[in-house]
Amino acid sequence: MNTLLVVIFSFGYLLLLFGVAYWAEKRSNQNSNTLKPYVYALSMAVYCTAWTFYGSIGRAADFGPDFLAIYIGPTIAAPLWFLILRKMIRICKAQRITSIADFISARYGKNTSLGTLATIVCVLGVIPYISLQIKAIAITFAFLVNHPQHTNSSTNISLSSNIPFWITVLLAIFIIIFGTRKVDSTERHEGMVTAVAFESIVKLLAFLVGGIFVVFFLFNGFDDIFSRAAAIPALQKSFTFDAAYNYTDWMVMCILSMFAVLLLPRQFQVAVVENVDEKHLYKAIWLFPLYLLVINVFVLPIALAGQLIPTSSSFEADFSILSLPFVHHHQGITLLVYLGGFSAATGMIIVETIALSTMLSNNLLIPLILKVAPFKKIFIDKVERSIKNIRRLSIILILLLAYAYFAEIAESYSLVSTGLISFAAVAQFAPAVIGGMFWSRANKNGALLGVISGFTIWFFTLIIPAIIGAGLLPKEILSDGLFGVYLLKPNQLFGLDAFTPLTHAFFWSMFINILLYVLGSLYTKSSNQEEIQAELFINVSKYKTAFETSVNRTGQIKIKEIKSLMEQFLGQEKTKQLLTNFSKRYQLNLLQEDTNADQRLITYAEKILSGVIGSASSRILIESIVKEEEISLNEVVEILKESQQFISLNKELQQKSEQLKKASDALELANMQMKEAEIIKDDFLYSITHELRTPLTSIRAFSEILYDNPELDTLQRQQFLATMIKEIERLSRLITQVLDLEKLESGKQNIQHQEIAIKKLIEEVLHALSQLIKEKNINLSISFPEHLSSVYGDQDLLSRVVHNLVSNAIKYCDKSKGSIKVEVLEIDRFIQVNITDNGEGIPDKDKNYVFNKFYQTENQTKKAEGSGLGLAICKKIVELHQGEIGVIDAKTSGACFYFTLPIEIIS
Amino acid sequence: MSVARKVLIVDDDPAIVMSVEFLLRKAGYEVFIALSGTEAIVKIKEHEPELILLDIMMPDVNGYEVCDFVKQSEAYKHIKVIFISAKSKDEDIKLAYSKGADLFIIKPFSTRRLIEKITALNKEDYKTIN
Repeated sequence: MNTLLVVIFSFGYLLLLFGVAYWAEKRSNQNSNTLKPYVYALSMAVYCTAWTFYGSIGRAADFGPDFLAIYIGPTIAAPLWFLILRKMIRICKAQRITSIADFISARYGKNTSLGTLATIVCVLGVIPYISLQIKAIAITFAFLVNHPQHTNSSTNISLSSNIPFWITVLLAIFIIIFGTRKVDSTERHEGMVTAVAFESIVKLLAFLVGGIFVVFFLFNGFDDIFSRAAAIPALQKSFTFDAAYNYTDWMVMCILSMFAVLLLPRQFQVAVVENVDEKHLYKAIWLFPLYLLVINVFVLPIALAGQLIPTSSSFEADFSILSLPFVHHHQGITLLVYLGGFSAATGMIIVETIALSTMLSNNLLIPLILKVAPFKKIFIDKVERSIKNIRRLSIILILLLAYAYFAEIAESYSLVSTGLISFAAVAQFAPAVIGGMFWSRANKNGALLGVISGFTIWFFTLIIPAIIGAGLLPKEILSDGLFGVYLLKPNQLFGLDAFTPLTHAFFWSMFINILLYVLGSLYTKSSNQEEIQAELFINVSKYKTAFETSVNRTGQIKIKEIKSLMEQFLGQEKTKQLLTNFSKRYQLNLLQEDTNADQRLITYAEKILSGVIGSASSRILIESIVKEEEISLNEVVEILKESQQFISLNKELQQKSEQLKKASDALELANMQMKEAEIIKDDFLYSITHELRTPLTSIRAFSEILYDNPELDTLQRQQFLATMIKEIERLSRLITQVLDLEKLESGKQNIQHQEIAIKKLIEEVLHALSQLIKEKNINLSISFPEHLSSVYGDQDLLSRVVHNLVSNAIKYCDKSKGSIKVEVLEIDRFIQVNITDNGEGIPDKDKNYVFNKFYQTENQTKKAEGSGLGLAICKKIVELHQGEIGVIDAKTSGACFYFTLPIEIIS
Repeated sequence: MSVARKVLIVDDDPAIVMSVEFLLRKAGYEVFIALSGTEAIVKIKEHEPELILLDIMMPDVNGYEVCDFVKQSEAYKHIKVIFISAKSKDEDIKLAYSKGADLFIIKPFSTRRLIEKITALNKEDYKTIN
């Protein structure tokens, strides 16, 4: 086949992947939710790698139904996801977990060494698996390009072509672009996931098309293939397990694949980290096994067909699906199948690399960098860039390792066996992960012991033989045991020789792993931090985020210190109340403040304070008081970031709420003033209408009388008309006064500022009233000081004040022996005018109110004489002159009204 | 015209008193006058009128108090009380009726209607407000 064509197709397909990923990232914001569960389920099908695509066929050709084990395992386990996977998703969301290594380290008290260990296990266990994918690409590519020469040896197929290398490079670019967009690795890679889901569709379609071609075009359906195969004794073994078949191997594969589908870094990535909504899981529970079923329908027929139709070469049975259409010159189908296998391989490489790079950078490289002072400074200065670069470096490193493994070692192993070695590696996490989610006593020591021992045995029993096979170690280790110790033979450890290498490795690694995990957990003590994390994991649905529960404090703190800290933020009263409630609830004695605080109290205080200043800041505060070991730099960075956000948010909120409070206060005040003004206005209007009604009543009555009684005699008519005139005058006087007052109050009144001789003004007013005074036989006395300064003001208005006050005095002074005293004084910079009568005086309780509009003494039902506006007008005028007006009791009896005027008015 | 009946006018506004006095005399009533609440009580005891025209807002004893005095006394509770007041709020009118008033007339009033109502009330069982 034309090399260029294959190259164009390969790279074109990768470009298409870029396109899909880019498109998905672009529209990730407006994503339709109906598709998301399917994308999720399809992305989980990254489980099906080139191993499934090609390897299963080879396995089926050699061992019959044996290949099905790794699909039956996950299918059987899928219903359990409801319990296990859902819980994992919840835990990871609550704890912001980014990888399987992170998961294990978080569960066991955020232990760094466990995280590092798990990372090493994953990298060592999975890199060969990645390199196998590169190998599959290389072989199939070489097959298409070189095969026409019909070489006799499969190993002779040239792998030296540069194509696999460039494909690896392109994949690295793809992963860097779509895998390191965001610094926060808990953020989802929508583009990447969509691309992987797309790849799952491509590989399924390609496999089905290949299968249909073989079964229905090369043969006449399933019947044809099976009956022809049944006729050949050598092929009968493909239908059943033969007597020599090792059933334990099959069981082991089932169990391994159950674990692998959850614990492989790429599976953890798509199923847990990339999960958007745990409801999507419910769809995946049936869709994923269905996918496995469909992609396996044609495996056995193709394997049989590969053996029924000699494809002209000893080319590995693995690749029958590709070679069958190829030798029958169906170029289109061949290319499609090639792309299917290509997509199975690249999908796995992409996700696995992202998952591994997250672990490698977070659990290995960044902690390493932070330990070296100069690097640490650079890292912290440019955190975001540094994290991105470290992750990019990790990606390149992983792909480089995988490529190197491919180039140096991979050839000696088939697809299936390498995959199973990876499965066995991640299975070492199973006890720590699953146990950690359900068994609260499980602790760090148990987990460390279990994983280390399991991984060591895995390495010794599976990897050492592989290295020996590659000729890098002496063969004697296999036959004589390590250091010549008989019990340390990699394939017959401790003399156990009943099993195949896989089962043997699985048995010992899992046995020792679980044993040490359980014993270590039972016989060592958990730290407080571990206990808290255990609680958070096991009862994840109880806790929304890890921050809600704090880490136990090992240090010591006195009750009074906690108390004073709380008081600073909450005030004494609130603190006292909270502590009283707390001591009642837990029956603690908090009165002896010099004793050490109970752990529960510290946690409680931290919780209360986090409501005020945010959890991180609260933790720093408590931490700073409790003398315990220093917190790690990482934590400080994290805490500062959070508290900064919190504080700025808090400040903003506080400002907003203060503004809001001010606004609402102002509004309330305005509203109250308006209501008050309204009430005053209503009262005023009511009073005015009432005052108007009285004269109107007699005016109306008399006019009707005059109209109805034309026969009235002149005298009576005159009397009635005179009364009417008087009442009309009263009415117009009232109206004038109301208008005057309104004018004065609204500031529309023009006030003249002229020099006024107060003595002259008073004399003029008294002169105008002299007739009335004489009629009432009132004794009037006047007194002025010798020298009197003049005041500035409005002559007319001030005359009205004096006139009004003197008129009132005339009205209210003693009826028979009336006496009025007008007295002018100059005190400091004021002139004071006193007008005293000898009437009944004003009751104390009324003194403050007589200047109010329409104020009627005693209560509303008693009518004051006059309009009720006179004194209100006086008050207003005096105030406009910056003076004071008031009433006091006269020395003997009666009332003394006074007003003052400043000598110089500052206008 | 019916038999002359005794009516007491109680109001502190002399002009109003003068006009109502004229109207009632013309309508054939025997009229007594009080310019304050205290005077009203003196005149009630003195003349035992059958009808009182009562203002509310007066210095010293107010109209409500005069009404209470009349309606709570066995001797005078048969006397009909018509309030004639510039007070026009619902609560004022309700209070007046609750004290046993027979009628409430708001100032200013139509003289013809006033006489009609007084006449009707004197013929008993007339009870509405203006």
